[in-house]
Amino acid sequence: MIKHFLSLEWKGAFRSLNFGKNLAIKIFMGFIGVWILLMFLGTGLSLYPILKKIFPEKDPLLVVNSFLFYWILGDLISRFFIQKLPVMRVKPLLILPIKRSKVINYVLGKSSLSFFNFLSLFIIVPFGVSLIVKGYSLNSVLIWMLAIAIVTQINNFLNFIIESFSSKKELSFLPLIVFSGVLYGLNYFNAISFSEIIGSGFNAIYESPIFVIIPIAILALFYIINFKILYKKLFLDSSLKSKVEAVNTSNLEWTKNFGDIAPFMQLDLKLIWRNKRTKSTIWMLALGLLYGMFFYPNPTYVDKPWFFIFIGVFTSGIFLMNFGQFIPAWDSSYYKMLMSQNIKYEKYLKSKFTLMVISVLILFLLSVPYVYFGWEILLAHFVTAIYNVGVNTHVIMYGGAYNRKKINLDEKATFNYQGTGVVQWLIGIPLMVMPALIFGVFYAVFNLEVGCLVIALLGIVGIVFHQKWMSLITKKYLDSKYKMIDAFSQDNS
Amino acid sequence: MITTSNLLKKYNKNQVLNIKLLEIPKGQSFGLVGNNGAGKTTYFSLLLDLIKPTAGYIETNGVRVDESENWKPFTAAFIDESFLIGYLTPEEYFYFIGELRGQNKADVDKLVSGFEDFFHGEILGQKKYLRDLSKGNQKKAGIVAALIGNPKVIILDEPFANLDPTTQIRLKGIIKNLVEKQDVTVLISSHDLLHITDVCERIVVLEHGEIVKDLVTSEATLKELEAHFSRTEVL
Repeated sequence: MIKHFLSLEWKGAFRSLNFGKNLAIKIFMGFIGVWILLMFLGTGLSLYPILKKIFPEKDPLLVVNSFLFYWILGDLISRFFIQKLPVMRVKPLLILPIKRSKVINYVLGKSSLSFFNFLSLFIIVPFGVSLIVKGYSLNSVLIWMLAIAIVTQINNFLNFIIESFSSKKELSFLPLIVFSGVLYGLNYFNAISFSEIIGSGFNAIYESPIFVIIPIAILALFYIINFKILYKKLFLDSSLKSKVEAVNTSNLEWTKNFGDIAPFMQLDLKLIWRNKRTKSTIWMLALGLLYGMFFYPNPTYVDKPWFFIFIGVFTSGIFLMNFGQFIPAWDSSYYKMLMSQNIKYEKYLKSKFTLMVISVLILFLLSVPYVYFGWEILLAHFVTAIYNVGVNTHVIMYGGAYNRKKINLDEKATFNYQGTGVVQWLIGIPLMVMPALIFGVFYAVFNLEVGCLVIALLGIVGIVFHQKWMSLITKKYLDSKYKMIDAFSQDNS
Repeated sequence: MITTSNLLKKYNKNQVLNIKLLEIPKGQSFGLVGNNGAGKTTYFSLLLDLIKPTAGYIETNGVRVDESENWKPFTAAFIDESFLIGYLTPEEYFYFIGELRGQNKADVDKLVSGFEDFFHGEILGQKKYLRDLSKGNQKKAGIVAALIGNPKVIILDEPFANLDPTTQIRLKGIIKNLVEKQDVTVLISSHDLLHITDVCERIVVLEHGEIVKDLVTSEATLKELEAHFSRTEVL
C-alpha cells in the first residue's frame, strides 16, 4: 500500500505544472539544507571540547542535559513556523478499499522521517561518539542518544497537535508563543525549573536506562492523539457540511475617493478580509513591526547602518511582500471571468498598487517610535519607505506576471494548516538585500547621509516614472494573459 | 453578429476545433451540442478570447475578439463556477459585475428583482458567501450575473446542468424572453437534447471539433438529433 501512496505522490510532484519552478526552489532549499546540516555537524563535533573549555570543572554531558529544555522549546517553536504535516489528497482515497488507519499511519510515518527530525542527530551523534571515545559507558550513551531522538519525535508530533488546534484561530501563533513564553518565564525566574527537571530526567536515563520508557510512552501517547485528530478529519462531514459563516457586509463607501479603481479596491479589501489565507498576512504585519525590536536594542548593530535599511524595507514592506508576490494569483480562481469582463487592466493593477502604497505609509508611521533608538533609524525607515513605494512595488508586480501558481482561497488541503512556507520568505530576499547593498556601497565610500539620499532618490525616480512602469507592467500582464488563464485553471495544489 | 472564419485550434498536433465558416445572426438563439471533447467549451473560450486560436478568427459585431477588446461591453458569459468570486455574497457579486458594466446599484437591483422567481428565495438576502451556496444556486447567480448591463451577446455553457427541474423550466422562459423581446443573441451548449431543442431556433452539432450538422429547429429536430447520437454511440 505504501508503494501505491509513494507512486501517487511521485506522479503528483512530477506532473505538476510548476514542476520546473518547484525544482529550482527545491534545489535552492536543498543547498540551504546541506549548509544547515554542516553547521549542525560542526557544532556536534566541537561541542565536547567547547563545553570542556567553558565549564572545565563540569561534566559536558550534564551541561548538555541542563540546556535540553531550551533546545526542546526552541525546536518546537521553529517547527511550528516551518514544518508542515505532509499534505495528501485523501478525498479520492476515501471510497476506495483502503483502511483509513493506513492512510493516517502513512502520513504520520512520513512526517517522522522529516528533515527536522534528522537535524538534531547531526549534533547528537558526533557528541555521543566523542563521549564514548572519552570513556563514557557505551550502553548508557547509546540509550541517551536514543532518548534524544525520541524527544525529537515527540516534538514532531506535539507540533502537529498544536497546529491542529491553533490553526482554527486567526492568531494561530499566539497560543504557542504565550505558552512557551510562560514556560520560559517560570523557568527563568526559578518558579518551576523545567530545565532542571528535564536535565535530571536525562541524567536519570543515562544512569538507569530503564527510564527511557517514559519518553517512549509520551511519544506513543502523542502519536495516538495525532491519529485520533486526523481520523476525525478523514470524514467528509467537515467539508460537506454547509458551514454557516457570518457574513460581514460593509459597504466600504470611502473607497469611492479613489475614483475609478474603487470597485477593485473593494474587491481586494474583501479578498483580504474574508479569506483565511489572506487574513493571515495581516497578522504578519504585527510581526514585521516588531522585527526591529529584535535588533535595535542590541548594541552589535548600532554601527551597522546597512542593517537599518534592511529592517526598514522589511518593516514598511511586509504587507507589500506578502500580498504583492501573489498578484495576480489571489484572483486566480475567477481570473477567467475578469478577463472576459470589460475591465481596464491598468485599473485592476492600480488598485493593488494603491493598497500596497497605503500599507507602506501606515507601517512607516507606526514604525516612527523606533526613533527612540536613534535618528539614523528614523531616516533609514523614511528612505526605505520611499524606496518601497517607488521601486519594490513595481518590481514585485512585474514579478507577478511570472506567477503561474493558482491559489485556492477557500479550499484548504486536508492536512495543510497554514498554507505558506519558507519559500514565501525567500522571495523577499532580493527586495531587502538590494537596497541594503546599494546603501552599503555608498555608505562605505561616502557616509550615512549620502547612502540614504541615494536610496530615497531611487525611490523618487520610481515614483516619477510610475505611469511608465505601470504601462510596462500592464503590457507584460496582457501579453501573458493566455498563459495565466491556462495555468490558473489547472488544479495543482 | 458573430462570424467565425477558418477557425482552428490545435493542442500540439491534436485538432480540437476546426470551423470553416459559421455565421450567427443577431437575435438568434443558438444551440451547440456534441459529445464530450467535441469542442463546445473550446469554441466558447475562443469567443471570449480566453484561449488563442491557432489560425482563423472570430468577429463579433465587426470586432475581431483576439485583436481588440471592444467586444467586451456587449458580451456576457457564464462558463463555469470559476466565473464566480467565492468570497462575495450574491448581491455584492451582482454589484461588482454591475460596476464593471457601468450599472449603478439601483440598475442592478431593478434587474435582479425581476428574477426572484428564478432564484426561488435561495439567493438574495441569504447572508451567505457564494462559495457556501450549492452548485445549483451558484449557477443561478452566475446566469443572472451574465444578464447584467444589457449585453447583446450572452454565452452560457451547459446552463441546465445542476439545476432543479423547476429552475430549468424557468430558465427556458428567461432565454426565450431574451431572444424574443430584447433581440439578444444567446449561445448555449447542452447535453440535454430536449431542453436545447425547446429553447434554440438553430442547433449545430459538433463532432471532433467539426460541424457535422446545422439544423433549423423544427418538430423533427429532436428525433434527428437522437438518431444522430445513437448512431455515433454505436460507431
